[in-house]
Amino acid sequence: MEVSEKKKKEMLWTMILSRKFSDSLVVLCKTEGKIPGMMILSTGQEAVGSGVCAALEFDDVIITNHRSHHHLLAKGADPEKIMAEIYCKQTGCNKGKSGTLHLAVPEINAPCTSTVVGGSLPIAVGRAFAQQYRKETAVTVCFFGDGAADEGSFHEALNLASLWQLPVVFVCENNVYAGAQRYDAHTRVKDVAERAKSYGMPGVIVDGNHAPAVYAATLKARQRALDGGGPTLMECKTYRLRGHGESDPQHYQPKDEIKAWQGKNPISRLGKELVESGVITAAELQEMESKAKDIVAEAVRFAEESPFPEARDALEDLYA
Amino acid sequence: MQKLGLGQAVNQALREEMHRDPNVFIAGEGVGVGIHDNPVFPTFGLLEAFGPERVKDTPVSEAAIAGLAVGAAEAGLRPVIEIMFNPFFTLASDMIVNHAAKLRYLSGGKSSFPLVVRIKSGAGFGAGCQHSHNLEAWAAHCPGLKVVMPATSADAKGLLKSAIRDDNPVIFIEHMGLYFAEMPVPEDDYLIPLGKAEIKRPGKDLTVVTWSGMLGVAMKAAEKLSQENIETEIVDLRTLTPLDKDTILASVKKTGRLIVLHEATRTGGFGGEIAAVVMEQGFKYLKAPLRRVTGPDIPVPASPPLEKFFIPDEDNLIQAAREIL
Ligand SMILES: Cc1ncc(C[n+]2csc(CCOP(=O)(O)OP(=O)(O)O)c2C)c(N)n1
Repeated sequence: MEVSEKKKKEMLWTMILSRKFSDSLVVLCKTEGKIPGMMILSTGQEAVGSGVCAALEFDDVIITNHRSHHHLLAKGADPEKIMAEIYCKQTGCNKGKSGTLHLAVPEINAPCTSTVVGGSLPIAVGRAFAQQYRKETAVTVCFFGDGAADEGSFHEALNLASLWQLPVVFVCENNVYAGAQRYDAHTRVKDVAERAKSYGMPGVIVDGNHAPAVYAATLKARQRALDGGGPTLMECKTYRLRGHGESDPQHYQPKDEIKAWQGKNPISRLGKELVESGVITAAELQEMESKAKDIVAEAVRFAEESPFPEARDALEDLYA
Repeated sequence: MQKLGLGQAVNQALREEMHRDPNVFIAGEGVGVGIHDNPVFPTFGLLEAFGPERVKDTPVSEAAIAGLAVGAAEAGLRPVIEIMFNPFFTLASDMIVNHAAKLRYLSGGKSSFPLVVRIKSGAGFGAGCQHSHNLEAWAAHCPGLKVVMPATSADAKGLLKSAIRDDNPVIFIEHMGLYFAEMPVPEDDYLIPLGKAEIKRPGKDLTVVTWSGMLGVAMKAAEKLSQENIETEIVDLRTLTPLDKDTILASVKKTGRLIVLHEATRTGGFGGEIAAVVMEQGFKYLKAPLRRVTGPDIPVPASPPLEKFFIPDEDNLIQAAREIL
């Protein structure tokens, strides 16, 4: 499939933005007193968020997991609101209730994030059911990791979605690790995509470090869902360049493996492609980088200058 | 005496029991090779010491981990499984609540299920409510389970060893805040019986019944109240079920005043059970209405000022004490 220049540029941009966002958090989360809680980053996996979201329309819904920043930014979340939530500030997208782990941005159709591994899958089924029920021209995308495919919720969700031919695209980000476990230490199934067979849906393997490939596969799965063809399981092969979280010393991840995957960096790869094919100039690429840096710096400034919520705000927002 | 965090005390208990009884094995997510490389965590170094036959790293599959324990326990092994954070107990709960707790009864007393479910728990890490949710009252509501919640490292060691040797399913909940507090732990092989509370501080004016991470809060408040000549007796429950009613009632008889303190949320919390026991069996001792000091009825929020508001502190306890003194 021919991917338009415009789409390619859009994907490059959201990837650059995501990476700058993560890079700043690498430092900030280690700075005493700035950001509470765990810090789970998507460094290296940007092509999945950007490729998938570039294929979606605004009305399409995403349901995501603990490693969500690149999904949300690619779907169009406001970096300031996200950063302020990561800082647990009152101005954050969830008023400090969520913090970095459960960012909910319903205004861009990213209504909930589950940090319970496998939690996003059954919810996506329900969200897609509502789209089918209301005959909407929209689909739901569910992001999850390879580890989540070992949870019962994965299997129940895929079976039901297939049975009812729901408009959902299951996007597995196989980043080689689930916590400290390598993929082949947690399952004997060679590829997650293979599991689709058990539930009567197509399973496709995608180069998860190449945004245009992810984009093309998503477009196809989305169209199939809209046409009433039911769900697709997409497995994006990628790599978790950093630890599970930022306090993880990565002692179980071979150094040369990390190095090899750094060489497959999805951002420099697409950037190089676009420069070499003349879609953008080297100067334009530089400009994108510095613009993203500025946006992230502004988001950090906004977050840092924002107040914390008042203690008693804790009691708000429980019931509708 | 050696000084250990609660996780290290758990580690010592696991080592001693695994040496003593070849039927003991552990299983869970990252119990062998984990994302932490830190000796304060409970399973640190066990893979090296006991090998992969007895230290089983599992996929992210809580239902299967819990079922593994149930099946293996019936065969006479003594599994100790780990649930990484208390909220993920819900994924394991079918096997624990509908099976571990009931199958012995269903067998007419013929089968038994000697297993331990270790659960890491507690607020205070800014991780938010899908990682911090104290569900001990849920477990305590299931006849057939024993629920243990140590507040000190020494208790953790002795209680875990008893739990492993117990022929029933035991839910053993560890407050992660206590992993980082070094406390004295006897070096020898000792057991602390399940179902026995301990008076952690004697007093004559007021009883505080508490457990787990809240013991520290109770001790600090008692220290402050003591400066005003108010002497607080602190009952550390250690085991929620079976409940040591005798120790609670004896203390209330002595002081005539009761506050129950727990981090878990209020409505349906285990404090209500203690209140009911005292109303039924110790009403005549009470000189004032009893009080509960608990987390408010909300999920644990991530933001530091909100999370601080959630977790009961000394001031909350002292205020409740003043209301009934
Ligand atoms: C039900 C549940 N069990 C355990 C955890 C702890 N945990 C968080 S992420 C994770 C690994 C998940 O691996 P994967 O699904 O491959 O996603 P990745 O982190 O690699 O993006 C684990 C075990 C959890 N959050 N939820």
